[in-house]
Amino acid sequence: MSGTGTASGPRVEDERSLPLRSGEDVVRLRQAVRERAVATGFSLVDQTKIVTAASEIGRNTIQYGGGGEVRIAVIANGTRRGVRLEFRDSGPGIADVEQALKDGFTTGGGLGLGLSGARRLSDEFHIDSAPGRGTQVTLVRWKPF
Amino acid sequence: MQVRARAPINAIIVSSTKDPLPAHMSSQREATLAAILRTHEDAILAEWVKEQSARATRRDQLNETQLRSTAREFLRGFVQALASGSTDIRSNAWSPVRDLLAEVSASRAQQGYSPTETATFVFSLKQPVFTRLGGELKDAQSLAGALWSATALIDELGLFTTEAFQKTREEVIQRQQRELLELSTPVVQLWEDILALPLIGTLDSGRTQVVMESLLQKVVETGASIAIIDITGVPTVDTLVAQHLMKTVAAARLMGADCIISGIRPQIAQTIVHLGVDLSEVTTKASLADAFGIALKRRGMRIGSGTTTERA
Amino acid sequence: MERIPILRMGRFLLVTIQVDMHDQLAMTLQDDLTQRIVRDRARGVLIDISSLDVVDSFIGRMISNIASMSRVLDAQTVVVGMQPAVAITLVELGLELPGVRTALNVEKGMALLQSAVD
Repeated sequence: MSGTGTASGPRVEDERSLPLRSGEDVVRLRQAVRERAVATGFSLVDQTKIVTAASEIGRNTIQYGGGGEVRIAVIANGTRRGVRLEFRDSGPGIADVEQALKDGFTTGGGLGLGLSGARRLSDEFHIDSAPGRGTQVTLVRWKPF
Repeated sequence: MQVRARAPINAIIVSSTKDPLPAHMSSQREATLAAILRTHEDAILAEWVKEQSARATRRDQLNETQLRSTAREFLRGFVQALASGSTDIRSNAWSPVRDLLAEVSASRAQQGYSPTETATFVFSLKQPVFTRLGGELKDAQSLAGALWSATALIDELGLFTTEAFQKTREEVIQRQQRELLELSTPVVQLWEDILALPLIGTLDSGRTQVVMESLLQKVVETGASIAIIDITGVPTVDTLVAQHLMKTVAAARLMGADCIISGIRPQIAQTIVHLGVDLSEVTTKASLADAFGIALKRRGMRIGSGTTTERA
Repeated sequence: MERIPILRMGRFLLVTIQVDMHDQLAMTLQDDLTQRIVRDRARGVLIDISSLDVVDSFIGRMISNIASMSRVLDAQTVVVGMQPAVAITLVELGLELPGVRTALNVEKGMALLQSAVD
């Protein structure tokens, strides 16, 4: 399963990486994504959605992935712009991705809500994970007209 | 596992002409073409800009300096992509050129140019290029090949420009619709603490979202704890709209306000049940008046006649 | 270590969350609140989140947990001031915080607590 690259994929206007190792890193992640979303011109509600999605996956990366990093990019596809987040960890990986996405809102925590929630909050969602291969999650939110 | 992937605009173009030359010869041809264009860049630019100004029908003339610089950027991008050997305008090599065209299209669409006027930017490049090719290539076959190459590329780019233009026009219209909606959102304050949102007309997903966000914003601004959403004037409700309504009710509750939905007509009631939407948590009333009555009762008030003000 | 201050107002505890909390801070708040409810014999907890522009599933669960634990300790919890964008996002996320009472602002929240404990 490959990532977002296609021959005529979106153009990257700006890209930066952040480490994800500690709780404070998730706070920094939220701030960075908020700043990029504002710069891209998202409405307040759309900003909140992508920052929240980022928080969910960022936390997963630390808690279940043993830490990793995230690449935050502002992308353009012809006439519209968006924000793309690529999370990466070399943790244990997810054995059953389908199930993880289906898991409902367990009050005890767990991957369920984070992954499916982040997917609901994004326009494009892509996950690549298997035991021993770590996990990559890509989220994109486009600015509507 | 992609949710809602959107096709990039350049996927719409389909190349239908067949290249008369085999691959190894055609890349040589591209390199030659690129070299010629590069050599004659200034002359081509000068003629191209003149050609565009001559064809321009708008009274507010194109800013020549800007036009010249955009044209130069385009030509250089064009030459660079050619030099890389690629003739597929959808490939990465052509991405800077596509992006430039998309910007030109977008800005002209917004300024009110016609699609033809916009595509002229690209098509008027042909004449100056052909002139140079005729001057440089004396052999009939190489001239024919180079002309074919140049014309095929410019045509595809011209088409791409038109598609981008149309897309921008749609975006402008949608944005204007959205702004109109936001300005005209009819949230009414019926009483201190009680808001009403009478919805009229067909609701589509986008419109419903805008209107609901507006309602929640007004809840914060007025400090209302009850919002009545009246859908008497809404002929039909589909799944998406029903879901948006439910989400708004849930969001309002999280904020500390209760919603009452009024004006549900029999047909809509059927649709909602049929869609499996759960209304058990929401108060519903047949009419806005009934809803208002309930709202007042909840605030501890009652409408009565007489000279004294009573509080129930 | 940094902590979120908890104020006492009569029989109630008031917490105003004004910073973007990292997970550890949130867990500490949960613990501190539980201890204070017992120590002060509080009958209600008011959590003011009007300054929060993001509430994710972790914070959402923290709020749910505080409400559940308070209930066990015979106290009511009211969450006030949720911003519209946050509310919309939480609903989209699928977190509806059942069992958590809400109000628009501190004033209304206090009134709600008063009527709940009377």
